[in-house]
Amino acid sequence: MSSETKQILTTDGIPLEVSLKKAEKKNKIKAFLLVAPLLLFLVITYIFPIGDMFMRSVDDRMVTNMLPKTFKAMEKWENLEELPPEEVYRGFYEDYKVLVEKQEHGKLGQRLNKEKNGFNTITKRLFRQIKRNKIDESISIKEQINKIHKRWRNVEFWLAIKRTAPPYTMAKYLKGMDMYVASDGSIAQVDEDRRIHRILWLRTLEIAFFVTLFSFFMGYPIAHLLATLPMKYSNLLMICVLLPFWTSLLVRTASWMILLQQQGVVNDFFVMIGLVGDDNRPEMMYNKVGTYVAMTQILLPFMVLPLYSVMKTISPSLMRAGKSLGGTPFVAFWKVYFPLTIPGIGAGCLLVFILAIGYYITPALVGGASGTLISNQIAFHMKTTLDWSFASAMGLMLLTGVLVIYWIYNKLVGVDNIKLG
Amino acid sequence: MSKNPEFVKFDKVDKSYDGKVLVVKDLQLDIAEGEFITMLGPSGSGKTTCLMMLAGFETPTHGEILLDGNIISNIPPHKRGIGMVFQNYALFPHMTVYENLAFPLRVRKVEKNEIDKKVDKALSMVSLSGFETRMPAQLSGGQQQRVAVARALVFDPAVVLMDEPLGALDKNLRESMQYEIKHIHESIGVTVVYVTHDQSEALTMSNRIAVFNDGKVQQLSNPAELYEKPVNSFVAEFIGENNTFNGEVVDIDKDKCKVKLANSEILANPISVKSKGEKTTVSLRPERALINPTDKMDNMFTGKIEEVIYHGDHTRVRLNLLGSSEFILKVPNSTSNLELKVSQDINIGWNSVDARALDPK
Repeated sequence: MSSETKQILTTDGIPLEVSLKKAEKKNKIKAFLLVAPLLLFLVITYIFPIGDMFMRSVDDRMVTNMLPKTFKAMEKWENLEELPPEEVYRGFYEDYKVLVEKQEHGKLGQRLNKEKNGFNTITKRLFRQIKRNKIDESISIKEQINKIHKRWRNVEFWLAIKRTAPPYTMAKYLKGMDMYVASDGSIAQVDEDRRIHRILWLRTLEIAFFVTLFSFFMGYPIAHLLATLPMKYSNLLMICVLLPFWTSLLVRTASWMILLQQQGVVNDFFVMIGLVGDDNRPEMMYNKVGTYVAMTQILLPFMVLPLYSVMKTISPSLMRAGKSLGGTPFVAFWKVYFPLTIPGIGAGCLLVFILAIGYYITPALVGGASGTLISNQIAFHMKTTLDWSFASAMGLMLLTGVLVIYWIYNKLVGVDNIKLG
Repeated sequence: MSKNPEFVKFDKVDKSYDGKVLVVKDLQLDIAEGEFITMLGPSGSGKTTCLMMLAGFETPTHGEILLDGNIISNIPPHKRGIGMVFQNYALFPHMTVYENLAFPLRVRKVEKNEIDKKVDKALSMVSLSGFETRMPAQLSGGQQQRVAVARALVFDPAVVLMDEPLGALDKNLRESMQYEIKHIHESIGVTVVYVTHDQSEALTMSNRIAVFNDGKVQQLSNPAELYEKPVNSFVAEFIGENNTFNGEVVDIDKDKCKVKLANSEILANPISVKSKGEKTTVSLRPERALINPTDKMDNMFTGKIEEVIYHGDHTRVRLNLLGSSEFILKVPNSTSNLELKVSQDINIGWNSVDARALDPK
């Protein structure tokens, strides 16, 4: 009893717990300071940009900020099947006049035109009326605007304005999945011939899957050989595996271009040995074949290294035990060796799959039209259309996809079972 | 049923890994059915290679290995039906104890309830009943060892090979496992080929011991004979402790010879010397030399104590005797112990029959 309740003191009379905390505190601070640079680096280069990307991808405040009075007045617009009341018209008119003064009315027209086709025309008409001072503010604005163009009398257009009211939008994400918000507010699919993104997502998954599969079937025997060969040969083989790893990605991709093109080395060889006719050289590049070949070669070390590190720890006597107990070499391999390599297989496949799913340079160079991946589409929107918010949305979708795969993998295999070394 | 004295036969077996050095030289060895035979030798003496050839993981470079009269050199390991206990146990880490034991039965397509019975029996044999669902990593070294033994025996092999199975255990556990393995062998009568470099292990467990050195069997005999009557100086040196005198035979008759040392002469038992003038190494077990012998002995000398080391059950005394300061005596710890002090002179005697004149070192 007493020993439990009595506080243990150090020789100086300080309670042991306090003393321990004090002693540990220094170590904790030291440890924290050691990781602090990395933590800071991660926050600045990773967490902050991802946050920024997310904000960009959902940000839709432009119209919200341009039409404050309109949206305020729209709160009173109750019957959405009829045209909005006079206050909404007046609010819109006043907002628009401010935009005209700031010369930002063009942007609004373009933005609204995206929401509803034909908007640009009628805002331009309104602009001309305002420029000529044709609008009399003392009488009903509603009637005057409605006279400018018949579309102003169409409730659909006012509903389009209303839809742009929320400062945040999911439209970019929907677009990434070839969907959009229809005029009645429901989510609809784009026409079948315009569904490019879904094809890209599927192709990305497909290519990542097969590249993982190819790397596995090629990497497993290599890793096994590496782990079992005597040191002097295994070192040499290891260098063979790692040498491409140390070569620039661009150089490797370029060398695949030299090898695979129609007048390239591989085709020349096929023609030479008479496998194909000179006028009938197969296309091995600018399509999926090129992407598969180049990506598998480039990602192979990521499969071999985790497998190797796991296989290295498997004692050769286990296989011997399996055989001496009566298992055929295949049974010994399948029941004893293979299950023990699963952590390495998991690590290698996860690594290769996740890298493949976001691969960019190689498919861009050798993939052609049918071999490009979603990341090439993201790059296209970053650099060419400058639609950064859409690029951000797709980037985040990719990231979410990777996290989902990781989650599924964790459920199936368990992340604790991954061994990278 | 009469036991086959040549159940396992190594017939003129040579083994070389690199084509230059013979690891095993012209090995001729017969192992009887139900025998516990130990291959004992220093590392690199070829004993493990012999075991691996018998298991089928190495092929003989020359010669044949026969099991129950059949040549097995070309049979792959999984068809030999030989159980094996490995140095590091080689339990399958991803399988439970039950699955480990069931493995050799499952690959033999034994029925489920038959497997259960056999696994049960094997586990109770090594007193590990109730451990079926444990993973190997949850067992202590000694327990893993027992599982490995049980797994090697569960499919009733004709021969079980054990490759230094106790090497990783601590001393006390090793000793109790030695008895346990010996008892298992006695109760089921399986043929055991055991490899070790630990001579006390070999002496306690085996029916016969084959002492290996330099790729050859130096001596093959039962433990007592091996210890009492080593046939050459390597065996005398390797098994137990040993006092040696190097000298030259000056006189020889049927069961005695006179060996001239640097500045004295001793009487010895001629084992591998035939004629006068031969060089020889005389070997004498420490416990065969007595202090102040009461009976008449034909070798009596006086030596000076150099060192006294207390060992609990006995005391080791190092003497300067006949020009060598490495002469060791073992004095059992008994109540009638005499006072032994450094630099004291004492009388030592031994019988010539215990001083074996062997080949020169």
